[in-house]
Amino acid sequence: MATRSAGKWTKVLARDKVILLRDWAREQKSATTERPDLMADSELKRESVEFLDLLLAAMDDGASADISAEPWATMREFLGSISRSRATKGFSPGETATFVLSLKQPAFALLQAKLKDDPALLEEVWAFNAILDKLGLYTTEVFQSSREEIIRRQQAEMLELSTPVVQLWEGILALPLIGTLDSARTQVVMENLLQGIVDTSSRVAVIDITGVPTVDTVVAKHLVKTVSAARLMGAHCIISGIRPQIAQTMVHLGVDFEDVETTASLADALARAFRLHNLQVSQLQPRS
Amino acid sequence: MRITQTEELSLEEPENVVRVRQSVRSRMVEEGFSLVEQTKMVTAASELARNAVAYGGGGVVRIEQLQEGARVGLRIVVTDQGPGILDLELALTDGYTTGHGLGLGLSGSKRLVDEFAIKSNPGEGTVVAVTLWR
Amino acid sequence: METIPILKMGDLLLVSIQVDMHDRLAMSLQADLTERVVKFHTRGVMIDISALDVVDSFIAATFANIAAMVRTLGAETVVVGMRPAVAITLVEFGMPMAQVHTALNVEVGMELLRSLTKGITEGAHRENHAD
Repeated sequence: MATRSAGKWTKVLARDKVILLRDWAREQKSATTERPDLMADSELKRESVEFLDLLLAAMDDGASADISAEPWATMREFLGSISRSRATKGFSPGETATFVLSLKQPAFALLQAKLKDDPALLEEVWAFNAILDKLGLYTTEVFQSSREEIIRRQQAEMLELSTPVVQLWEGILALPLIGTLDSARTQVVMENLLQGIVDTSSRVAVIDITGVPTVDTVVAKHLVKTVSAARLMGAHCIISGIRPQIAQTMVHLGVDFEDVETTASLADALARAFRLHNLQVSQLQPRS
Repeated sequence: MRITQTEELSLEEPENVVRVRQSVRSRMVEEGFSLVEQTKMVTAASELARNAVAYGGGGVVRIEQLQEGARVGLRIVVTDQGPGILDLELALTDGYTTGHGLGLGLSGSKRLVDEFAIKSNPGEGTVVAVTLWR
Repeated sequence: METIPILKMGDLLLVSIQVDMHDRLAMSLQADLTERVVKFHTRGVMIDISALDVVDSFIAATFANIAAMVRTLGAETVVVGMRPAVAITLVEFGMPMAQVHTALNVEVGMELLRSLTKGITEGAHRENHAD
């Protein structure tokens, strides 16, 4: 619904800006949006002033109810930044949207008082309301996407932690892989393994994929390349935990595991690794 | 896409190849490429530069820093005025040798980079451009 | 032109490559090494490449050539200290240096050389296999 640009409501709110800000502050205190534990009073005040200024400026610029248009660019930037900062601070999306929407009540009151006998009152209130709703919604959208970004980052960190390179014995390294692997992740993890081989001078490395539900061609090729790279460096890699299904898929996909030593279990791989080091595990004689 | 920086090096002696490796490495470190990316690109650059010196009678290397939106990349263009490659398709297959027991390293280099372009005709020299995005 | 220093340790030759090698340098290394293997009746050659951050196809081929030539002269070669990024690149490139023995470092390399050259003193020529 198109609205007349720079409608009467803009002029009314602009003229009594100070009163509006004061009433808005009071509204914020009574609403559940104020979180003194998360945000200082002064900061909230500063954001409120800036919001109002940007709102009026955009309207002066000929803005319509389409907030994706150019005149709303600075406002979008502002809302984007406060949404993101509130997301990191721990605000809920509702709390952030309410920051915007809580302006409605004091603004309605002001418009009602100043346009009392004006037949256009309803239309002006409606126009203002529509814009605030859109702005409030925008904050939730930004909030959502920034939360998704945080989750993505945390997932990456968890994956990092869940794929450490472990020293099983002197000269024997293990890389227990957990969860689904994508190409980029696999590359990084493999590079870590190779570096681990250098750092610990381990001649044998076991890559255990028991905890990996599926292995696609790309990941399988990375595994094979890693084994080749380790061999070039002078280390021997064993891939353990290959389930029959994975083995079958690999054959079907034509991935060449010919040159790669594989075992069904990590235990088998460890036994093999000991043998490669000329070590054996034997039972101690009971003390008589 | 814009080219934000260019460096040109001449290729006449085998020693120049070392200079090329070092320059490519420095540019990539500046741009924040990972160690593996650096090694791959430097190796590809080394192959191409070597070809220009050994078979192309010398040539020129141009190292370009690229920017496309948020993407940052490096492009290396090696040009020589040598005899050119007779059969490009053959030269790009694995295992192709020129009789020294060594391939031209073109197919291998292609695998190390994101983008690979080559233009070569007998008597017209050779131009090879390789690009890696960070 | 600079040359790469070659150390003689008993019946072993040790080369530690510290500089970025260009073609001419690589070829002169090849010539120097083979010359010395003959002169000193060397049984083992160790090439330490832990300082190399790039190994292109020419250098890789040089190592393969050295290994082959030295073997015909009755000695074995081990290349040690390859960096992960170099190994990854060589595999991607498709130059696996398959015929060359490799080891993680000088210490492990010595062990490998010892086991490889034991066969030589006993007059037997061992087939080479990495682990």
